[in-house]
Amino acid sequence: MLRFALKRVLGAIPTLLVLIALAFFLIKAAPGGPFDTDRRLPPEIEANLQAAYNLDEPLYRQFGLYLGGLLKGDFGPSFQYRDYTVTELIAAGFPVSLRLGGLAMLLAFVVGVAVGTVAALKQNAFTDHAAMAAAMIGISVPNFVMAPLLVLVFAVTLKWLPAGGLGDWRNFVLPVVALALPQIAYIARLTRGSMIEVLRADFIRTARAQGLPQRAVIIRHALKPALLPVISYLGPATAAIITGSVVIEQIFGVPGLGRFFVQGALNRDYTLVMGVVVFYGVLIVVFNLIVDLVYGWLDPRVQYQ
Amino acid sequence: MNAATKTSTIRGRALSTDVWETLKKNRAAFVATLLLAVMSVMVVVAPILSPYAFDATDFDRISVGPSLSTLHLFGTDALGRDLFVRTMYGGRISLMVGLVATAVSLVIGIAWGATAGFIGGRSDHVMMRIVDVLYAMPFMFFVILLMVFFGRSIVLIFVAIGAINWLDMARIVRGQTLSLKEKEFVEAARAGGVSNVKIVLHHIVPNLLGVVAVYVTLTIPQVILVESFLSFLGLGVQEPMTSWGALVNEGAQEMETAPWMLIFPGAFLATTLFCLNFIGDGLRDALDPRDRSN
Repeated sequence: MLRFALKRVLGAIPTLLVLIALAFFLIKAAPGGPFDTDRRLPPEIEANLQAAYNLDEPLYRQFGLYLGGLLKGDFGPSFQYRDYTVTELIAAGFPVSLRLGGLAMLLAFVVGVAVGTVAALKQNAFTDHAAMAAAMIGISVPNFVMAPLLVLVFAVTLKWLPAGGLGDWRNFVLPVVALALPQIAYIARLTRGSMIEVLRADFIRTARAQGLPQRAVIIRHALKPALLPVISYLGPATAAIITGSVVIEQIFGVPGLGRFFVQGALNRDYTLVMGVVVFYGVLIVVFNLIVDLVYGWLDPRVQYQ
Repeated sequence: MNAATKTSTIRGRALSTDVWETLKKNRAAFVATLLLAVMSVMVVVAPILSPYAFDATDFDRISVGPSLSTLHLFGTDALGRDLFVRTMYGGRISLMVGLVATAVSLVIGIAWGATAGFIGGRSDHVMMRIVDVLYAMPFMFFVILLMVFFGRSIVLIFVAIGAINWLDMARIVRGQTLSLKEKEFVEAARAGGVSNVKIVLHHIVPNLLGVVAVYVTLTIPQVILVESFLSFLGLGVQEPMTSWGALVNEGAQEMETAPWMLIFPGAFLATTLFCLNFIGDGLRDALDPRDRSN
């Protein structure tokens, strides 16, 4: 197990390097620099600016310096918000995004597994078809269509919930639901598929033959193996929720990291955009790693080679 | 002699026939296909029939609701532009992105996967390891980076989205190639002196098409979704051109006063994705040997 874990951790390092390098060299390849203005700056000032941001060093040195900074948690200065470093902006936005995304993930997992299990138990009955049709709609209606529709119905028309901003829990309901819906749908479909397969397995028949009640069969025997595909989907789900949070924060005016990212993208704040990409990228890679390790721990069939 | 005439009466089943038969049996997928076909034709033909241009302002009717008498079937937007025609134009962009970007990912994916699977050994290992590494990347963010740094051109959208979506395709194609290359007909071709390149192109790739078809129908909605996501954020197609994502964004800002601006483009986008997902699911149930849940 330890060797397996170590191997996976070491395996994630090239992925991280490629990720950071991709982001870094994309920026360097971009036409135009951050200090290009209509007015030509005096050469001395330009040289000083270049030196201040290490832009006068050779490319590989710049990359090395950026990597070194990252290891210390330093993402460099923001090009647009002159008084802030990218690290400060990430520290300001991420807790909000984390709360939003974490709640959405929790909701997606609990509701998705519940719906999927019920659908599997009623396979081909009305409940099953209704649940799977709803899941198909959940997958097909994009976040950014669903979110304004939810606002239109629950905030504008019914006036039950606020349309956005930060405040108490009620401000979080619509964004969390909008963010979670597609993932609920995916997880429900996954759970249904694997649950149907598990319920046909011999050990379930054995459990039933021993006279165990349905509830015990499902919870104690079927649920764990049926959840394995769901567990391995949690990695991609995290990536999807992080991506989704970019638009959801935009729509609901939540001051999270996704909103900084979009603002940065529209303002051409190169360092901020790159910082967010690297930060979220590392987060996704690390989360995938954790999911991998948990999966290996849960599923005895995985061989630790 | 007799045996020869007998075999000649057995007609081959083309993949297209197979797919068509499958679709007819699955009623939901069949309806989805028809609906999609109707929408595609509409998107191409309907703007020609409307008296309004997609970027022309109707100064007398700014932000008015849907009405038959003025022929603003879906109403107008805040600049007085006809929303029906704009929705159709947006659909052209969305569907075109779906097809072109999928084609890009198809070419890369098949080339990469078939090569890795056919060569095997260490090259295969290295090539699939590269796929693994790329798989872990948050690609949506990289597409956004590309859009920010290199301008928002439609060609770049095609290439960027296509270039990030080939990983699944490569994995599937490689897996199939690994098993196909052990088959007798490949051995026969090799014994007949056919070159490796020709074996891959003429014997392996045609046999992959069934599985590939499934993933093509599942890739198209993903690609459309990515494009509309970008356009929604203002990073995709630029004004006065439009796409469904951009229209939904405008609609979301005006929804309290002009809900039709949100509802029509949103409905078209969602219906298209819904149809494509249904078709993909139907095809997978019928064609994918690995799916055991049904």
